[in-house]
Amino acid sequence: MATTRFLEWCGRLYIWLLLAFLYLPVIIMALMSFNVSPFYQLPFEWTTEWYASLWQNDQLISATWNSMEIAIISTIIATVLGSAASLALYRHEFRGKKVLQALLFPPIAIPWLITGTAMLIFFFGVGIGRGLFAILLGHVALALPYVIVVVSARLQTFAPELEEAARSLGANQWQVTSRVTLPWIMPGVIAGGLFAFAVSFDQFVVSYFLSTPGQTTLPVEIYAAIRKGFTPEINAVSTIIIVVSMALMLLTAKFFKFGGEK
Amino acid sequence: MAGQVATGARSGLRSALPLLVPAYLWLTVAIFMPLSAMVFFSFMTELPLSGKAWSFTLDNYATFFAQGLYRTLLLASLKLGLEVTLWCVVIGYPAAYVLAKVFRGRSREAIFLLVILPFWSNGLVRIFSWAMVLREGGILDTALNAVLPFKINIDLMYSYPAVIIGLVHSYVPYMVLTCYLTLQAIDDSLIEAGRSLGASRLQMLKRVIIPLSMPGLVAGAALIFVPVVGSFMEPRILGGRTGTFYGTIIEDQFVAVFNWPLGAALSFILLAVVLVILALASPVLKRAA
Repeated sequence: MATTRFLEWCGRLYIWLLLAFLYLPVIIMALMSFNVSPFYQLPFEWTTEWYASLWQNDQLISATWNSMEIAIISTIIATVLGSAASLALYRHEFRGKKVLQALLFPPIAIPWLITGTAMLIFFFGVGIGRGLFAILLGHVALALPYVIVVVSARLQTFAPELEEAARSLGANQWQVTSRVTLPWIMPGVIAGGLFAFAVSFDQFVVSYFLSTPGQTTLPVEIYAAIRKGFTPEINAVSTIIIVVSMALMLLTAKFFKFGGEK
Repeated sequence: MAGQVATGARSGLRSALPLLVPAYLWLTVAIFMPLSAMVFFSFMTELPLSGKAWSFTLDNYATFFAQGLYRTLLLASLKLGLEVTLWCVVIGYPAAYVLAKVFRGRSREAIFLLVILPFWSNGLVRIFSWAMVLREGGILDTALNAVLPFKINIDLMYSYPAVIIGLVHSYVPYMVLTCYLTLQAIDDSLIEAGRSLGASRLQMLKRVIIPLSMPGLVAGAALIFVPVVGSFMEPRILGGRTGTFYGTIIEDQFVAVFNWPLGAALSFILLAVVLVILALASPVLKRAA
């Protein structure tokens, strides 16, 4: 019994060490963004000048707007199209359904380097070229499978008898969907939408290959800045991004249990 | 009966189509057609759009096989993928076990969320954050010199270990997630039964727990190995000049050298490798599903 207690104690300690490994670098980066020295010298002296100077950086600001715009538009498109597809996959039985479901995995499983370069080649070939529109096309496609998987998971908990009951009470197809099915799967739809936003807002690789100097997103701009040299300004903008995306995922977790308890 | 099923299935598809077409059309235009185009381009001498004359060729693939450099880099990337995956197993599996079997209730939920939260935050920014820690005069250097009585210089930045550390940091939550899901499905009474029949902890681990959680391990390994083999941003930022891998060479073809057909061929070879790996992993995963 004493050994069990001891082993459990070691286990807990181990988890805290893992959490330290996961969070310390990010916390240090955030602290450095409030440090006076531009060369990350210690001792630490508090300042917010790096955040203030972000406002002067037009390139970063325009890239931020692009990122927000693309993330919002691709979230809307991916959520609507993805939820519709999940409903169809849930309601209907047909030949080839398994194939359609299997087709959702290549966009998730194939490295973004391959998908991104392939999109670059294809969009160039058909005349779409590079730029914000190409990035949007790509982001929606990357987000769609996540939406479909999350909404489908929610639909698994839906009782089809509810739809039948509504129909037998005289509701038409639209009423059944909007008043019975949609309210039930709404948490899944919201979680799917938040996933889509995160996929788009954090996406770097695909955006990188599809962007042009004027038309770029925040992560691409940050990558370019990092390769030129580290500055506390990058720390500041990175800190903002990490806070936004973590807050977003906490919100998602409210609607979607990541595998959680049974 | 069979006829009925067939008509039923067909009408099912017909009414499903309006809802299905938009999503799958989008995936076709933005994912499947680009991937096919890439295969097509990889057999060309020039881009048709460049205005130059082009023809079909096997040269791009011949380049891969003729020049030792590309093979060496692919092997280096595969080795990197293997090392990162192993570290993720070593670090992530015990964590998943503790989460699934030691923590209970709300604290388990909260810690599980904390572990997988960084995974969904910006990967680029997390890689960049290691630069603050690893460089000479960085936090690790300063902290160790403050504690240790003798002077040491820690400058891991722009080295192979830095790339490994950054990648493991990026991907270990994946392993914790997949292993946790299979581990928490193992019935506690099964473990108790084994123990009461006289099995030691080590025996239980080897004969019961690891075999039962194998699907989670394999899924995690595949989900980590595949993107690591194709990584280029992480080696660039943390590896500096030592960070040349297969992924960075592909990136070069598209953004620096502008040899797109060769880039397409290299990408396609990587895709083939990835598909083989996923195919090898799929029997274990199917058994779990």
